[in-house]
Amino acid sequence: MVRSDKLDDLYQELILDHYKNPRNRHYIEEADIKAEADNPFCGDEIALQLKLANSHVGEVGYQGKGCSICRASGSMLSEAVVGRTLEEIEELAATFKGMMRGRELSKIDTETLGELKVFLDILKYPIRIKCALLAWVALEEGIQKFRSRA
Amino acid sequence: MTNSAASKSVAERPPLIQDIARIREDFPILKQTVHGKPLVYLDNAATTQKPQVVIDTLVRYYTTENSNVHRGVHYLSEQATQDYESARTKIRRLLNASDDCEIIFTRGATEGINLVAHSYGRQHIGEGDEIIISAMEHHSNIVPWQILCQEKGARLRVIPINDDGELLMDDYAKLLGHRTKLVSIVHLSNSLGTINPIEQIVEMAHSYGVPVLVDGAQAVPHLPVDVRRLGCDFYVFSGHKLFGPTGIGAVYGRAELLDSMPPYQGGGDMIKSVTFEKTLYNSLPYKFEAGTPNIAGAIGLGAAIDYFTALELDKICAYEHELLKYGTKRLSTIGSLRLIGTAREKAGILSFVIEGIHAHDIGTILDSEGIAIRTGHHCTQPVMDRFGVPATARASLAFYNTKADIDALVKGLDRVLEIFS
Repeated sequence: MVRSDKLDDLYQELILDHYKNPRNRHYIEEADIKAEADNPFCGDEIALQLKLANSHVGEVGYQGKGCSICRASGSMLSEAVVGRTLEEIEELAATFKGMMRGRELSKIDTETLGELKVFLDILKYPIRIKCALLAWVALEEGIQKFRSRA
Repeated sequence: MTNSAASKSVAERPPLIQDIARIREDFPILKQTVHGKPLVYLDNAATTQKPQVVIDTLVRYYTTENSNVHRGVHYLSEQATQDYESARTKIRRLLNASDDCEIIFTRGATEGINLVAHSYGRQHIGEGDEIIISAMEHHSNIVPWQILCQEKGARLRVIPINDDGELLMDDYAKLLGHRTKLVSIVHLSNSLGTINPIEQIVEMAHSYGVPVLVDGAQAVPHLPVDVRRLGCDFYVFSGHKLFGPTGIGAVYGRAELLDSMPPYQGGGDMIKSVTFEKTLYNSLPYKFEAGTPNIAGAIGLGAAIDYFTALELDKICAYEHELLKYGTKRLSTIGSLRLIGTAREKAGILSFVIEGIHAHDIGTILDSEGIAIRTGHHCTQPVMDRFGVPATARASLAFYNTKADIDALVKGLDRVLEIFS
């Protein structure tokens, strides 16, 4: 069967791999930052836990239910944030959201995003953009809450 | 019509499959390609496509007749009024109501339920009273009652369903009582396809003197509906699910009940006379139709009803039942697929989940094959919770669908499985 190029863009190996083999699935009870988000329209649900080591994220836990895009996005997020400071993570989240809103990427943006650029192709499927964003929105809220507590 | 009655008419009068090709010609949208593939439209429970005659009627109305109804003495207004009112008569005949005054135009089924909740509900439901709905209701038949219950301190009771998606009638019997003030129930479930035993439901409610509203949004395009035989007190439906335009629908209400009810909205057309001291309300059905109505929509719906009834409903039922049987059989061959909604009395809906693949991924991949289905909770989140799934994929049928459409769906699902293998 010949696949249309467009569909291949959406269901790239990297996304399917993260969907089928999500990373960092363990739950971190004693996390510094806990965040949850859902999209009742799709039935997507995700939960994130971040444990800080000094000023950096040392460990991430991520659990998700939902479509391939949402789950792959959460899984890739969990890999991307490890080793970064909260400021760097917020910057990354802003860049990722910018990309998903169709903002043109600078060379620096491209470098910052790394593998996360794979989600650029989802812009061709407007209805699925929110699936890619769910984990990032939760992450930002989690960080904000953590800051307001501190 | 029940399935057994549908099967009987299959035997007596087999639907002419070759006619379907001709019928499809009446629907211009079906001729197009999507992503380079012929469109396979299997989202009829969301909205149905419009035959050319409905589209032409809208164009004709705006081209030659556009004016306001019930006001002008001029030619155009008289023409528009006549066509608008004749659409009402067509609805009355379709539902076999006794009088045109029992048909109130609304924006659709949702507004119909809100009208009854707002007018009848506020008048008759008070603190400690109970409203009975079922576990398979569309959000539009849950939320208006929740709002009313909150306002009045009343309580919403829910008839549970079994694993096939059928109402537990014994539980319904137990819920009915002296506190019950209204039963509001779906005729044909949009997410499960279940056909509910309305006559029995009404009889049981009436034995307590409780009126029944029936949500017929899905039933009217697929089943014969006779409000007098059903015995229901209110019946609501949407035009756009009946091959008509969006933004138009109707409420049937027993004249005696409608007469005793306060208006739904205030404005023009619903009044006889207005002074700053007092307003005299108009007679039925105008009392419930404030403001300039969706005239073009009503006339377009009239054209859709003419088209639909000319196809002969028993033939449509029998044909759709055959399609449903075929679809059920074909989908059952996919091992990881589970059908949600397997009631004995069922029509037109194939709702399913595939293990390990989210409905939205199924929907996107099918879309790339030109196949339109609905994915999500179908505005029936409690149904999703009942079956323990976040969402389903739903193929919903109309008389213009064919076995080839089902075959395309199955082939598309093969592709889904291939990508996610």
